[in-house]
Amino acid sequence: MLKVEEQQPVEFSSALLVNFDEIVKRYPAGKQKSALLPILHLVQAEFGWTSVPAMDKVAEYLNIEPIEVYEVASFYSMYFLQPKGKYVLEVCRTGPCCLVGAEKIMGHIENKLGVKEGEVTADGLFSWRGVECLAACGFAPVLQIGPEYTFYENLTEQSVDQLIDDLRNK
Amino acid sequence: MGRKLLLEHINVPGINTLEVYRQKGGYRAVEKAIKTLTPDEIVEEVKKSGLRGRGGAGFPTGMKWSFLAKPEGVPRYLVCNADESEPGTFKDRYLMNYIPHALIEGMIVSSFALGANTSYIYVRGEMMPQIRILEKAIAEAKAAGFLGQNILGTGYNLELYVQPGGGAYICGEETALLESLEGKRGNPRIKPPFPAIAGLYGCPTVVNNVESIAAVVPIINDGGDEYAKIGIGRSTGTKLISASGNLVKPGVYEIELGLPVEEFIYSDEYCGGIANGKRLKATVAGGSSVPILPANLTLKYANGDPRLMSYESLSEGGFATGTMLGSGGFIAFDEDQCIVRNTWNFARFYHHESCGQCSPCREGTGWLEKVLHRLEYGHGKMSDIDLLVDVSKKIEGNTICPLGDAAAWPVASAIRHFRDEFEWHVKEPVKSLSSNYGLANYAVPIEKKVEEVKQDNL
Repeated sequence: MLKVEEQQPVEFSSALLVNFDEIVKRYPAGKQKSALLPILHLVQAEFGWTSVPAMDKVAEYLNIEPIEVYEVASFYSMYFLQPKGKYVLEVCRTGPCCLVGAEKIMGHIENKLGVKEGEVTADGLFSWRGVECLAACGFAPVLQIGPEYTFYENLTEQSVDQLIDDLRNK
Repeated sequence: MGRKLLLEHINVPGINTLEVYRQKGGYRAVEKAIKTLTPDEIVEEVKKSGLRGRGGAGFPTGMKWSFLAKPEGVPRYLVCNADESEPGTFKDRYLMNYIPHALIEGMIVSSFALGANTSYIYVRGEMMPQIRILEKAIAEAKAAGFLGQNILGTGYNLELYVQPGGGAYICGEETALLESLEGKRGNPRIKPPFPAIAGLYGCPTVVNNVESIAAVVPIINDGGDEYAKIGIGRSTGTKLISASGNLVKPGVYEIELGLPVEEFIYSDEYCGGIANGKRLKATVAGGSSVPILPANLTLKYANGDPRLMSYESLSEGGFATGTMLGSGGFIAFDEDQCIVRNTWNFARFYHHESCGQCSPCREGTGWLEKVLHRLEYGHGKMSDIDLLVDVSKKIEGNTICPLGDAAAWPVASAIRHFRDEFEWHVKEPVKSLSSNYGLANYAVPIEKKVEEVKQDNL
């Protein structure tokens, strides 16, 4: 657990701020808070997670209270409140995927990476976790990797090995 | 071969582009609607079609539209619910991925009918690839004059935006979705007021599922009466069914409502039977929230008549011997699957996804998960089974939104139909860890009275 006081300040690049501005334009005047979820996705894509200093900056940008950002970031499962590996393998663990072997796939990933759910590998490259239904039940088992959230479907132990090796050599 | 209205051109190369989509007749509905019909006439066609909400509740779409308040000088909104997260359901992702323009076209026609000048498609955040696909399709439609200012020279203006969610099942509930779209936690609102009166930013709003909106396109092209000729009884039209689990050919199928369940599972045109030569043990016919049914009651009513894929037929027999069409998430379980384990898995899902606002759901889903966990892992007591029934009854009907019911029903129905398997887990705690109960002698219809089920209609 990285304590709040240990979290480094961040700066938003002008390119990122241009993207924020584009998003805010989608909503009526005064309703800029609607941009919060999309902006947090951009922040996470940029920094790998949503740190408290980053959330404070988002609050400042949207002219809302920091607590309004924290309560949202902690409610939704996609935002990481702690640093993760560069690649977070999110494996669907809900019913239909489990009918066709998702638990076995998760066990295999745990062995292959040598870290438990939620932990980061020593090289900082990988984390993994079980997530709830990813709406791809017909192509199960599935996993996704942010920030693009590419789906990998019909997983086997071999295809997972291949995927991890490919990411490692990238 | 059933008629296809939504997926007819799914295999045409390039159908995701505006050019090919138009070659196949795309955007005719926009031209027809905006140039030749009034908004009220479009609402009338949708009413005549008998289209019912495809997200799960099955409420008539035309009627929902007609409830929309139209005060002077207040904007109205159409919001598309693409927060598809119900376990077993993946049709909307499929549709948006392969034929994004079907949704965009439906959004334009529907927005015109409702008098909306700004509309949003709320897509679950995990579907970033589909969000990019939709954004590209919107840009194409705008460049071709189907979106933006003065559409097709008619003076009608519409801006369409895609909004990503943050990963929360609850945001599929329409008022939680609106909260989320306003940049807040996805806590469902107390109704009334319904979104038709006070929705997004307090303005009159209609929230419709992806498939419902896409279905407006064939309804406008061919007329509501033609659409209503497809299907059976009050289940008109076609429905996308997401088939998953132990099937030979899982995937998304468009069926004419009224197709026999047996044909859907076993014919080569659809799922092709149970995978690996196994036998069917049970199904969840409409997404994880609907009652699980054993194989015999899936295929036939308690009186032996064949069950059909329709709103009415699937719910025939009430909760004693029936289920619901729901979102059309059809999950098949083969003879090797453990009902206790699956029920625990679903309970964990609802516990994880409960927003925490109402205590019966926040606390009750946790209890369900814990008690099912100990039953599954060999620490259960016989009294746990009735405890589960008791907890699920105390959640049901006592929450602001239907998530509580959705969490309670799978547990209650699993015990109703598979009680002997739960008992076996208590009696054989060691054996149940390494082997499965198998098919057994399931589901002799139960005599005891089952209380009337309230359905959330809006």
